[in-house]
Amino acid sequence: MINVFMQHWQELLLGFGNTLLCSVIALFFSLVIGSAFAIFEVLPYKVLHIVGRVYIEVFRNIPLLVIGMFFYVVVPQFFVTLDGFTAGTIGLTLYTSAFIAETVRAGIQAVDDGQMEGARANGMTFMQAMWHIILPQAFRYVIPPLGNQFINLVKNSSVLAFVAGFDLMYQGDAIASTTFDTFNTYIVVGILYLIITLPLSYYMRYLEKKLA
Amino acid sequence: MIAPKEEKEMAMIEFKNVEKYYDKFHALKNINLKVDKGEVVVVIGPSGSGKSTLIRTINGLEDFTEGQLLVNDYDLADSKTDLNQIRKDVGMVFQHFNLYDNKTVLENIMLAPKLVLKRDPKENKELAMRLLKSVGVADKAESYPRQLSGGQKQRVAIARSLAMKPKALLFDEPTSALDPEMIDDVLNVMKKIATEGMTMVVVTHEMGFAREVADRVIFIDNGEILEDEKADVFFKAPKEKRAQQFLSKIIKH
Repeated sequence: MINVFMQHWQELLLGFGNTLLCSVIALFFSLVIGSAFAIFEVLPYKVLHIVGRVYIEVFRNIPLLVIGMFFYVVVPQFFVTLDGFTAGTIGLTLYTSAFIAETVRAGIQAVDDGQMEGARANGMTFMQAMWHIILPQAFRYVIPPLGNQFINLVKNSSVLAFVAGFDLMYQGDAIASTTFDTFNTYIVVGILYLIITLPLSYYMRYLEKKLA
Repeated sequence: MIAPKEEKEMAMIEFKNVEKYYDKFHALKNINLKVDKGEVVVVIGPSGSGKSTLIRTINGLEDFTEGQLLVNDYDLADSKTDLNQIRKDVGMVFQHFNLYDNKTVLENIMLAPKLVLKRDPKENKELAMRLLKSVGVADKAESYPRQLSGGQKQRVAIARSLAMKPKALLFDEPTSALDPEMIDDVLNVMKKIATEGMTMVVVTHEMGFAREVADRVIFIDNGEILEDEKADVFFKAPKEKRAQQFLSKIIKH
């Protein structure tokens, strides 16, 4: 194991960095997009409900790999050129945002109606009430499921391996297929994933305790 | 003699033939009601009679099906009317307080003036502290709502409404969720506000408060206003049979 790492640390660190970068970007944007669609679903406009529903059901129910390949193969063919990293990160963002939308919507609906009523009666607009009163409370409720989504996101970033995104999984595959030391290579790769996911999972638990 | 024009300027809230349906359920029936500036009107009636619905239409938390409702010269039947403009001037105090659980007491009071009125931070804090003192919970300024008793929560909620410097206040059963020993603290704050000339519409079962503070009493049942009478006249002898029955029931307890 040490040998694999010593001989290939450059590729592995590059992969680790790409996985981390992809995860951070996808986490940020899926949180923003997911929250936006969650708000769509609680707004009193039927059109937005339908838009939200369609978006969520489409991206939640298609395999991530299909979405990733679509952006890697189909989009460059007809629209704009995307490298593997970008295509994979976009796919991962859209896929994860559908799950986050469902989670955040549940959180918003768990906040007592009186909170919104109090804020509206106090003169605030819907969006002011949402931003200052409802969302902070909604996120507090959904930290545990959101933590799951974030961990899944990091692991799902391995979809980059299929679209030449030069992530950790991609580098692992490359090393394994040239050295044939599959056993040690995949263990090293697994450990490197744990270096991202374990602190993340502990951080989410810490947040849950702190905000409870 | 009161000239009609003057009369119109005096009205803070005016219902004209307002009807509301929830699907087939007729929740408000031909409501005609006028509340003048500085008047304190108490709304009573059995549960499910429509008193909450009535008061909640005033700040647009409930819409209505037909008729006209003018609040502070805004027309609520007009879909172009910005409800936020009305809510700036007409505060509401709820049965279950509806304080912001994620904000401290002080933040609860300062948030809407900051966001909606863009009040200067220093001035905002000074007014908030002054209001907290006047309702007797200044020592809880840095606490969160969950750390307060019901009576304290409701007094903070009243201070929160007052911080907007409203022209009228609506109270929707403000003491119904309180332990008996806390009710007086809240009622005393409300009495003080009433004596300072605030226009108030109060849905309550507190007949002592109604007798003492109200200019007028509205009795409502099945979505219909059955009596609209000066408070002393009403309590001496309610005309309507249902109002008599209701009064005898609630005063017994």
